[in-house]
Amino acid sequence: MSFSWARQYEPKTGVTKWLDERLPLPRLVYNAVGAGYPVPRNLNYMWNFGVLAGFFLVLQIITGVVLAMHYASDATVAFAKVEHIMRDVNWGWLMRYAHANGASFFFIVIYLHIFRGFFYSSYKAPREMIWLLGVVIFLLMMATAFMGYVLPWGQMSFWGAKVITGLFGAIPMVGEPLQVWLLGGFAPDDAALNRFFSLHFLLPFVIAGVVILHIWALHIPGSSNPTGVEVKQESDTVPFHPYYTAKDGFGLGVVLILFAIMMFFLPNMLGHPDNYIEANPLSTPALIVPEWYFYPFYAILRAFTFDFMFIPAKLMGVIAMFASILIWFILPWLDKNPVRSGNHRPLFRIFFWILMADMALLFYLGGAHAEEPFIMLSQLATAYYFLHFLVILPIISKIEKPQQLPFSITEAVLGSDETAAANKPAETSA
Amino acid sequence: MAESTGTATVDMVAGDGGDGVRRRDFINIAAVSFAGIGGAATLFPLISQMAPSADVLAESSTELDTGGIAPGQAIKAIFRKQPLFVRRLTAAELADADAVGLGDLRDPQTLADRTKEGHGDVLVTMGVCTHLGCVPLGAAEGENKGEYGGYFCPCHGSHYDTAGRIRKGPAPTNLEVPEYEFTSDSVIRVG
Repeated sequence: MSFSWARQYEPKTGVTKWLDERLPLPRLVYNAVGAGYPVPRNLNYMWNFGVLAGFFLVLQIITGVVLAMHYASDATVAFAKVEHIMRDVNWGWLMRYAHANGASFFFIVIYLHIFRGFFYSSYKAPREMIWLLGVVIFLLMMATAFMGYVLPWGQMSFWGAKVITGLFGAIPMVGEPLQVWLLGGFAPDDAALNRFFSLHFLLPFVIAGVVILHIWALHIPGSSNPTGVEVKQESDTVPFHPYYTAKDGFGLGVVLILFAIMMFFLPNMLGHPDNYIEANPLSTPALIVPEWYFYPFYAILRAFTFDFMFIPAKLMGVIAMFASILIWFILPWLDKNPVRSGNHRPLFRIFFWILMADMALLFYLGGAHAEEPFIMLSQLATAYYFLHFLVILPIISKIEKPQQLPFSITEAVLGSDETAAANKPAETSA
Repeated sequence: MAESTGTATVDMVAGDGGDGVRRRDFINIAAVSFAGIGGAATLFPLISQMAPSADVLAESSTELDTGGIAPGQAIKAIFRKQPLFVRRLTAAELADADAVGLGDLRDPQTLADRTKEGHGDVLVTMGVCTHLGCVPLGAAEGENKGEYGGYFCPCHGSHYDTAGRIRKGPAPTNLEVPEYEFTSDSVIRVG
């Protein structure tokens, strides 16, 4: 773990010395996010989003625990309890708006974190495990967010739950009994609401556990960087604290300004007005859509309006939707080009931006009405999505001849690296 | 097998078979089996508790009277917390439904397959679109009945005919006909 030149924790007071010998918690923190963790000196702002995601996880847990103190997961009162939080509970409106918009911001920073991984190929050896754990975290986040959106028991809550659990009904043979088992009834009702509340409370702590594994796995090879060249010497790194605590702190400030704008002035912009109507099993909203952060995957689900290779359209949509995320699990083995950074892979870079445009299109289509031309566009965008990962990426990783890489991070930053070129042990620079 | 020669020798001497089988193996297998079966037995209630509870199942059958429904009229009832459409077809609707060739249908079923003998004009279906579970329009007066005069799902544009069969749009199958029976001339028990 970590580099030989990493600074060592030295307890200074009697109390910290006593503690260090019994439970070296300060040492753990020092090595994880303190001066004891050497980090490449050339990280750009795309490297802020991991810390930001951690911040929003903590924010969601704190506001969520507070909301749970005032909520009740009984279908007869759940909707009224949310209004009770908004109108009667001291600062309840703030907690709920922070939690609802906090979820959106959590997904914004996670998407940027994932796209950073795509561009700089952060999933490549030796960092595959960090990537795999990250995909697990993303899946857990999706499950948590979906169940959280059901809790206010509005129209979108109810119909969202019905459509999403209906996906399991598409599985041959076991589908319908499985759906009834998941819901504890034949349609979403009290039983479903209660178990969703229980799991919505539990899963964030599971996420926190996987986040610890994610960071643990990260600290073995250390952070990646925009050149994609591995750290070779001490002059390539700076200590995490104060350099990146300061840089992450600045990024956090910028994101919190945006968050405050959303929370205080546009708190319902990302929500759906239909969810302020209480759940009604006998009336369907005109347009059932999930929260915005699920749009690309919802677009893929709805793209299959025809039977495909003997698989019924509905099942195919479900398979494609899950596959669109599960495919990330094999990403480290689809792109085998040894060069990591998109900065040094001109061909890869073009297709990266096409993928981003494709995903932006899927984002738009997931929220659109299911009619032409949106259906055809969804089909094309879905086809390209899978084409990118399964065909284009493996091909360009084989045929592309990357540009000359800098000798070291130091050379990339300073323009020259005589110490390293002469292959001498580096002198202190941090 | 002889990681601890002392006990192995003792077990051998005790005469538990010649080929290295020890008394301790029996204890190991018995203990692991016992714990394994116990664990599996604990799993059963943990899984089963998520299935519909007794009060949910108690509401799983519904009785209603179809006598008051005039031809061309439909009523919406609730069956298992989901909408149920009961419709008395007019002569023209019956003729429409029977005029369709089975080859033209995505989910081939005749009207007779979907109704009870002697009550061919009473169509009982779930009011749940087989695509993604929305409630189709067409049961109440003045609602859009779709291009085939039956039901129309506004979510993704599935059209059902007068027999509740899928004719156009993304839904894969006909509107589900739940299990039901006539308990008298006009009363049905669903579920």
